[in-house]
Amino acid sequence: MNKKYGLGIDSGSTMTKGVLFDGEKIVKSVILPTSANPAKSLEQVYKSLFCQDVIFTVSTGYGRDLLQEADQKITEITCHAKGASFLDQDVRAVIDIGGQDCKVILLDRFLNVNDFLMNDKCAAGTGRFIEMMLRTLEQNPENLDSFVQGAVPVQMTSMCTVFAESEMVSLLAKGEKPENIAFGMIHSICKRTANFALKLPIEGKVFFSGGLARYEIFKKTLEEYLQIPVVSNENAQLAGAIGAAVLAYKKGSGRQKS
Amino acid sequence: MKVIKDLPAVFDEFAEQRKNSFLAVKKIKENGSPVVGVFCTYFPQEIAMAAGATVVGLCSMSDETVGEAEKTLPRNLCPLIKSSYGFAKTDKCPFFYFSDLIVGETTCDGKKKMYEYLGEFKPVYVMELPNSQSESGKKLWKEEIIRFKEYLEEKFETTITEDAIKDAIVLRNEERQALKDLSYLMANEPAPMLGQDIFKVLYGAGYKFDKRESIDQIKAVTETIKKDYAEGKMLEHRPRILITGCPLGGATEKVIKAIEDNGGVVVGFENCSGMKSIDEMVDETNPDVYQALADRYLNIGCSCMTPNPNRYKLLGRMIDEFQADAVVDMVLQACHTYNVESFGIKRFVNEEKGIPYMSIETDYSQADVGQLNTRMAAFVEML
Repeated sequence: MNKKYGLGIDSGSTMTKGVLFDGEKIVKSVILPTSANPAKSLEQVYKSLFCQDVIFTVSTGYGRDLLQEADQKITEITCHAKGASFLDQDVRAVIDIGGQDCKVILLDRFLNVNDFLMNDKCAAGTGRFIEMMLRTLEQNPENLDSFVQGAVPVQMTSMCTVFAESEMVSLLAKGEKPENIAFGMIHSICKRTANFALKLPIEGKVFFSGGLARYEIFKKTLEEYLQIPVVSNENAQLAGAIGAAVLAYKKGSGRQKS
Repeated sequence: MKVIKDLPAVFDEFAEQRKNSFLAVKKIKENGSPVVGVFCTYFPQEIAMAAGATVVGLCSMSDETVGEAEKTLPRNLCPLIKSSYGFAKTDKCPFFYFSDLIVGETTCDGKKKMYEYLGEFKPVYVMELPNSQSESGKKLWKEEIIRFKEYLEEKFETTITEDAIKDAIVLRNEERQALKDLSYLMANEPAPMLGQDIFKVLYGAGYKFDKRESIDQIKAVTETIKKDYAEGKMLEHRPRILITGCPLGGATEKVIKAIEDNGGVVVGFENCSGMKSIDEMVDETNPDVYQALADRYLNIGCSCMTPNPNRYKLLGRMIDEFQADAVVDMVLQACHTYNVESFGIKRFVNEEKGIPYMSIETDYSQADVGQLNTRMAAFVEML
């Protein structure tokens, strides 16, 4: 029997991600920064993953309407839920902190989306916020975990991305250590995210996805504020694309049968 | 009394439809009928009609005048209040321009404070709406209706007879019933048409000044849809969404569009643009017309009432009757009362009615259309 694949592409505000799924496992994945022309990034990811054995393509994320070749467009809510529950069958909620928004998704016991919340009004507390913070502190994002190790979080009062930057500058001018400021920011984001998430009745494990999930310190701090176990996965950044690929595989298989 | 008849040049720029209603109001004025501009569903239109006046809903649904309003009002205020104040200030709304009297009610805090400024340059009359539907509240509202009647008699130099009020009650009841019959066509599964189409009639009816003609038109539309439906003209099955919350129309029709562009169908409107204004009839058998009006109007389940049991009652009934699969609650930014009530409505919809609920906070800008689409698509995918 020929191999067949589902292709999922997640066009996020910061990164474009693609996953090829064979019905059991992730065969191949790609992550590219989303350029000023998101359609081009989508096309690039699509070209690097597409092969003749792809039976169905699902696009998701902010730019999902831009991929002409997609067989179906599905929102990132449904895809993140699918991706997270593929990576960990025991999760009952997903917290996704993306480049420009934050989502909380509640799953029922059949792992379907039961309810969700989106904070899409403001970049505060998102990946963009962290990028800005690290730029101001002149730190490499890759080293965030080790950078804040042993730091004492300072109390940050501004949640607005623009005001927080000026607050950081004045704290630096007062001689506050950069790592303490960074840790303070992480605390304020996690606290805010936890308060937001707890508007939904979360019972059971929380899956943390999106770009920030690769930092251990975010997972740990978020857990502290939520008082609920938080898990993640090395592929957490790909969760949306994985969900899209899993759905693509299912839809493609269904279509072939009929 | 001087009747305003001039057509200022700014109106030339207006879209054809608005211009049409504008010309219609102008004609009414030329025929000597005074115009009463109103904001709210609580306003007992029958009194103004009995005085021979034409009642018209004032513009408040577009962000084109929000900037002007923000010169006076705070930015962090409900867009409906800012928009209506801006329209009055700029005279961009023909109905404001031609209104001989503008009537407001002490509904929410934002509105009642806005009326204070509005009264500085427009003829404003404010009715004192009670905060609750208690016995003393009902008594106050009845007194307020009588007080308004007396004010109107003096202002328009006329006598408002109880017979005239009765006639107005019968006519308005007939209009309400016609709109209700039309709305209830959407209770059919599958739905006969999209909610955005039925909404045009519901919303547009307020701008038809010949009630008799309007009622006949609505009835004719209803009959046509019924006939088409019997012949199999209907939509495919779609998830059925009921909209609740703040008044909807103009700029916020983006919410209906986002739901229906993403595969749902809006089957009903539990708000002032929909069922709240047409659900209950005024009791035609009550010999005390003021009592009958007070009873009907004060019963409206607006979040400015505390407690507000009638919103839950109407919403629950509509969920059942319109076979809703889910509820979308539209809250205008900075509308505190609806925003606070969202939690209770979610609890009611999820726990008592057992269906999904989504709250949307929005304003009159088009900036959030992308996000709205994502939310509504995800919500429909979930159903």
